[in-house]
Amino acid sequence: MNFVLSILFSSFAVIVVVLIPWIGVGAFDLRILFGIIIPYAAMLTFFVGIVVRVIDWSRSPVPFRIPTTAGQEWSFPWIKSNPIDNPKGTGGVVIRMIFEVLTFRSLFRNTRLEYRRVDGVPKIDYEWEKWLWVAALVFHYSFLVIFLRHFRFFTEPVPGFVTLLQNLDGFMQMGAAPFNGFGLPGVYLTDMLLMAAVTWLLLRRILYSQIRYVSLPADYFPLLLIIALGFSGMLMRYLFRVDVTAVKELAIGLFKFSPVSPEGIGVIFYIHLFILCVLIAYFPFSKLMHLAGIFLSPTRNLSNNSRFVRHVNPWNYPVQTHTYDEYEDEFRDKMIEAGLPVEKEAESTVETEEKE
Amino acid sequence: MADTPKPAEIAKIDHYPSPFEKGWMNKQVEIKPGVYCYASKPKNLEYVGMPYPREWNPADEDWKLPENWKEIIEEGFKDRLDKYRSFKLFMDICVRCGACADKCHFFIGSGDPKNMPVQRAELLRSVYRKNHTIGGKILGPFAGARELTEDVLKEWWYYLYQCTECRRCSVFCPYGIDTAEITIIGRELTNLLGLNIDWIAAPVANCYRTGNHLGIQPHAYKDMMDFFTDEIEDITGIRMEQDFNRKGAEILFITPSGDVFADPGTFTCMGYMMLFHYLKEQGLDITWSTYASEGGNFGFFTSHEMAKRLNAKMYAEAKRLGVKWILGGECGHMWRVLNQYMDTFNGPPDSLEEPVSPITGTKFENAKTTKMVHLVEFTADLMKHNKLKLDPSRNDHLKVTFHDSCNTARGMGFLEEPRYVIKNVCNNFYEMPPETIRELTFCCGSGSGLNAGENMELRMRGGLPRANAVKHVHEKHGVNMLSCICAIDRAVLTSLMEYWVPEVEVTGVHEMVANALVFDGEKKRTTDLRGEPLPGMEDEEDV
Ligand code: SF4
Ligand code: SF4
Repeated sequence: MNFVLSILFSSFAVIVVVLIPWIGVGAFDLRILFGIIIPYAAMLTFFVGIVVRVIDWSRSPVPFRIPTTAGQEWSFPWIKSNPIDNPKGTGGVVIRMIFEVLTFRSLFRNTRLEYRRVDGVPKIDYEWEKWLWVAALVFHYSFLVIFLRHFRFFTEPVPGFVTLLQNLDGFMQMGAAPFNGFGLPGVYLTDMLLMAAVTWLLLRRILYSQIRYVSLPADYFPLLLIIALGFSGMLMRYLFRVDVTAVKELAIGLFKFSPVSPEGIGVIFYIHLFILCVLIAYFPFSKLMHLAGIFLSPTRNLSNNSRFVRHVNPWNYPVQTHTYDEYEDEFRDKMIEAGLPVEKEAESTVETEEKE
Repeated sequence: MADTPKPAEIAKIDHYPSPFEKGWMNKQVEIKPGVYCYASKPKNLEYVGMPYPREWNPADEDWKLPENWKEIIEEGFKDRLDKYRSFKLFMDICVRCGACADKCHFFIGSGDPKNMPVQRAELLRSVYRKNHTIGGKILGPFAGARELTEDVLKEWWYYLYQCTECRRCSVFCPYGIDTAEITIIGRELTNLLGLNIDWIAAPVANCYRTGNHLGIQPHAYKDMMDFFTDEIEDITGIRMEQDFNRKGAEILFITPSGDVFADPGTFTCMGYMMLFHYLKEQGLDITWSTYASEGGNFGFFTSHEMAKRLNAKMYAEAKRLGVKWILGGECGHMWRVLNQYMDTFNGPPDSLEEPVSPITGTKFENAKTTKMVHLVEFTADLMKHNKLKLDPSRNDHLKVTFHDSCNTARGMGFLEEPRYVIKNVCNNFYEMPPETIRELTFCCGSGSGLNAGENMELRMRGGLPRANAVKHVHEKHGVNMLSCICAIDRAVLTSLMEYWVPEVEVTGVHEMVANALVFDGEKKRTTDLRGEPLPGMEDEEDV
């Protein structure tokens, strides 16, 4: 499948995702289905799905200790070791994992191949390339902040940190955004960052031929879905205002397990909500599981200590080997002749004599 | 054997697949001479009891697969998903971010998009999705899934034997996905159908029988060492006899057999011999073994089981001889196995003790359970304690750089010890650019059993990033010697240098150590171990 087809297929899927609630709520007023049943089903799929996947992974053992050692190992006291990239024990592993999960340390190492030929002779350089790292970091953290900001819709009273986050997030654009003074709410920095990062992540898949080559519909789909999610959310905030009190009533109802279906919420809200539902329900079945997977990755979460602490393979089994006796039996005469010590000298000598 | 194209020809590499490609699943694999290795010979599989030994040829249409080959693979696949969390996880969590794409030396040197680590893994993942994920079962190609067919199997084979299991990709992957691990397990699968390459199968069979990859029988091993003893005597005037299979020695020494039979590894071997002789007076009690005469482990390139079967000899021999601990020579993948697998595979016999240097009294705490010490760390410790009388100026004709072997770098983290030793024995040491050394080191291009002759084009392509870095320091600092601590490196980097940077030679670290080592009562040294005049001795008659 080439990339055009992949993108068309994923875009089509996302359009369908948008159309379903549009028609479902807009034309058939299925508010209970889209406001209550589907969100519950999606959340259930999300949580159960993740747990099942993680359990499934953990059922496979880790037979060998195979950390990728990205620094000096622990050896003599006078040699400086790198306890993070080549951890000796649990402490180092924890730090390594924290760096991986919170700062995407490995991705930070990224470089870009620069291949040239000068008079037919290859010249290879590895250029600075941190954009993927930047985009990934911006994307994930913006998503996190936006997610936390949404707590103001399903908590009463709104926790202090949410308000604080909201203010910080809205702070940057004060006076700068052209919308101010037109009766529009302030623009959130994270909204912009998220959209910019996602767009870049999508564009690089299309523009960079190596990434285009490996990309599948399963790569375009979540990106497009997140773009649609962000876009619908922003439309709701900046263009088609919905009744926030009603939304909050619905959201709090959902989280208190006493769902209600208030009147007067615009269809755009249901579109936004449905996209989110699809995203989280899709989550456990997709590559998005990297979120949980990173914690289980044996090249990152093991210490490099197998020379001084035994690592046990639960399915280790005895194997057939070629024993020394078998070896000596085959080569005894030659060994004796060469003056090499042997286990069964006498016997062999007798044999040789007999032969002679 | 295909003629290897000239460097200028190979250098024409395009790393940018065209946007108008049909998509990689629709392209049938083309098995090219110069890239693939010859098929395993039936006798080598038979000797170790591997399944489906037969004459077959990768270039043929018909690979003579067993009737139920598909079941075998699918069952083997499932079995390994249940046994290796790594494999299962790596099948699931790749996001195809492409961070690993241009990090593989084979992609850099060939531009073949299926040599991008992520794509190499996708070749297997696509089949995994078809058989093990809901999306793949329903959506097929739209979920990146495909049926396992003979063509797919051939594609697997072609690209699994174009990965040197170097783990460079895994350093860059945000989830630590290690394509080497996928290759290791993928190769296990090919071995279920007898689809090994002979360059791996033959050393495995040899090693099983004679104790070493090259199939050297005990008397020939001894002969070779006697020859080295004569050579050393010529150079130093001292006879440095070694012990073999001697019971009751304190230490057993095991090194790759390449050191005994292939130049320039032989000079490294002479280096070991000289060091051991030097330390004899200070109390070193060491023996070599002809039964455990291989440090390397081509079983590791076949299957975990075969790796274990071959590795078992080390502890078995240590037990038989009654030694206290084991010392291991300069080798790359040998040390990955010793560090990450050996203790788990075979566990040491109780008769072994925690290693202590008999010369310095240093306890090797980092080798507490494996009871096996790296010779380079052993030597580094000696130097730190001033136990060696060294004259580094004897290596003044060398401008040295150091190649980190993938395995000791990324499967162990053995980075400083060799540098410490080198700096103690030579005055001119220059590092290659930072993104080509240490944990980011580039493979020699011929590791993991791909050091055959028929795939020379692949090897020269895969080694290009390494050669390019050597060329850089050669031009900038006049480097003329590439040092390494790996037996395969010593052999293959030599061809690589001849091809890309002919002015540079290759050496093991202990060859330089032995050159610098000053013996009591030695005759005036006029040449190094290679018989080349030492600096300032160019006019001596003895040359
Ligand atoms: S770096 Fe890791 S996640 Fe990214 S494409 Fe490579 S293997 Fe996949
Ligand atoms: S392990 Fe090395 S050779 Fe194999 S795909 Fe990764 S970078 Fe390439």
